[in-house]
Amino acid sequence: MILSRGTRAFLWAVAALVLAFVYLPLVVVVIGSFNPARTFGWPPEGFSLTWWSAALHNDGLLHAVWTSLQVAFWAVSVSLLLGTMLSFGVARYRWFGREAVSFLVVLPITLPGIVTGVALQNAFLNYSVLGISLGFWTVVIGHATFTIVVVFNNVVARLRRTATSFEDASMDLGAHTFRTFWHITLPSVRSALAAGALLAFGLSFDEIIVTQFTSGPAVTTLPIWIYDNFTRPNQAQIVNVVAAILILVSVLPVYATQRLAGEDSGMGRRRGRRRDRGADDLAFTAATAPAAEYPQA
Amino acid sequence: MTTTAPPQPSARGGQGVVHRVSGSLFRHPRGRLGVLLTPPLLWLVVAYLAALVALLVTAFYTTDSLTGQIIRQPTLENFQTIVTEPIYRILTVRTVSVAVLVTVIDALLAVPFGLFLSKVVSRRTQGFLVVAMLVPLWASYLVKAYAWRTLFEDGGVLDWMLKPFGIQSPGFGMAAVVVVECYLWFPYMVVAVFAGYERLPNTLLEASSDLGAKGWRTFRSVVLPMVFPAIVAGSVFTFSLTLGDYIAVSLVGGQVQFLGNVIYNYVAGSANQPLGAALSMIPIALVLLYLFLIRRSGALSEL
Repeated sequence: MILSRGTRAFLWAVAALVLAFVYLPLVVVVIGSFNPARTFGWPPEGFSLTWWSAALHNDGLLHAVWTSLQVAFWAVSVSLLLGTMLSFGVARYRWFGREAVSFLVVLPITLPGIVTGVALQNAFLNYSVLGISLGFWTVVIGHATFTIVVVFNNVVARLRRTATSFEDASMDLGAHTFRTFWHITLPSVRSALAAGALLAFGLSFDEIIVTQFTSGPAVTTLPIWIYDNFTRPNQAQIVNVVAAILILVSVLPVYATQRLAGEDSGMGRRRGRRRDRGADDLAFTAATAPAAEYPQA
Repeated sequence: MTTTAPPQPSARGGQGVVHRVSGSLFRHPRGRLGVLLTPPLLWLVVAYLAALVALLVTAFYTTDSLTGQIIRQPTLENFQTIVTEPIYRILTVRTVSVAVLVTVIDALLAVPFGLFLSKVVSRRTQGFLVVAMLVPLWASYLVKAYAWRTLFEDGGVLDWMLKPFGIQSPGFGMAAVVVVECYLWFPYMVVAVFAGYERLPNTLLEASSDLGAKGWRTFRSVVLPMVFPAIVAGSVFTFSLTLGDYIAVSLVGGQVQFLGNVIYNYVAGSANQPLGAALSMIPIALVLLYLFLIRRSGALSEL
């Protein structure tokens, strides 16, 4: 795009400000985690790994991490299964009510999390015919409600871009439905599934609002643990270490999505479609907003 | 005399079943569709839609003020309370105003930033910047809110940074809430807007300047109309997420309360679930109204 020198300077300035704004708090937390003081203070009093060591030996914390991993595992499993089935139904068939269902499935991410939380808690406590009480499985149900969407979005977008001709050919050559699915369909949506699963995992691992409403007193996920320990006098610095770890660890899923996008654009590069990569990368990672991947209905 | 055994349906046992199922699925596309759709639709309807309906029903119930038990007799009491008590109107207006303000600020930042990311920098720089934008998106929501708490607190980082200029940090309160909400949901807006810019072919921009349009004119007449649906798609998230937030508000808001804080207090503490349910109809109605208003912009297909 042809831009004047002034406009370019303005855009560079905006970008620099935005990046500074985005990274300032994150850098402060990471630096603060090495502060030996008992409470968070600025500037730090020195450098020490005391609180890192304390955090890594904190049983409550480790238990909360383990709980979060288990919740995320089940939420992702349910989402992969149901989200994939739904995306095949929506992308490959025409049926009455398809548009309505496509809208219904994105509703959990367009309505605020508190609505999902309040609705589920109310349903579990006041209308449950099965006598469910709040606990591990209600948290899984709560998380799966919105993680299904991200798997669905990723897979449905992929299906709309892939023709069924390979599947037809496979069947013409005598492969049955399941064999065709295993050898042809699954490999073509594999990276979309992986990206969806990764995003679903990230959303579940990070979720606090829905968890607060569906967990009851017995279940402590990592976000709940962080929330409970913010204000405790001797825990504040451990929370800071956890925060620093979570910031540093968030590089991993970004790296993974870049790899996934690279895998996909292997073909694209040869066809000179390199230009699309950026948008696809974002589509994978955009929590709940895979704009570029989502079909133009 | 030996009788010939009737021919076996399949000599290969287990594989026969697979073939039979596979064959019947192949012959009956509707059956295939049914198998695909039943489990996810059952889940969506039972676990989500039914819960929303149940919430609406509860909104018409009341709570016994002595025992705290829910009285299952439909009345309009909760809705009357919401309309007549000024506190709920104040909360709603405050929450919605901040949600709109946050959306506008995020859009104002994301439009130039997305343009920069998509059309100004080199491929290499773009790759780097995209990663730089994605890392904070994956960083925990709670951690980001917590980080801002350490910035805004009394004697915190902002105080330290601003002291040389003789300015004090605004501390916990409304200003902090607006900043933090903008911060938390900004990546959602950037991602949507950037994807919008990436779909905009460069040839259109070249055509516009060939026809004599300067940068601003091209931006106003070509770029903005084409990126607008993406901005609207991003705005759904910034608006809705701010509207329902209460955790960041409680961390950096000081005395400031949002609609979400009141709903949380009524529902999670089981103090008055029916009133909480009725109050949560406000964000639901507002978001549905917003989705209805933007349905013509083409943004819905980008969610």
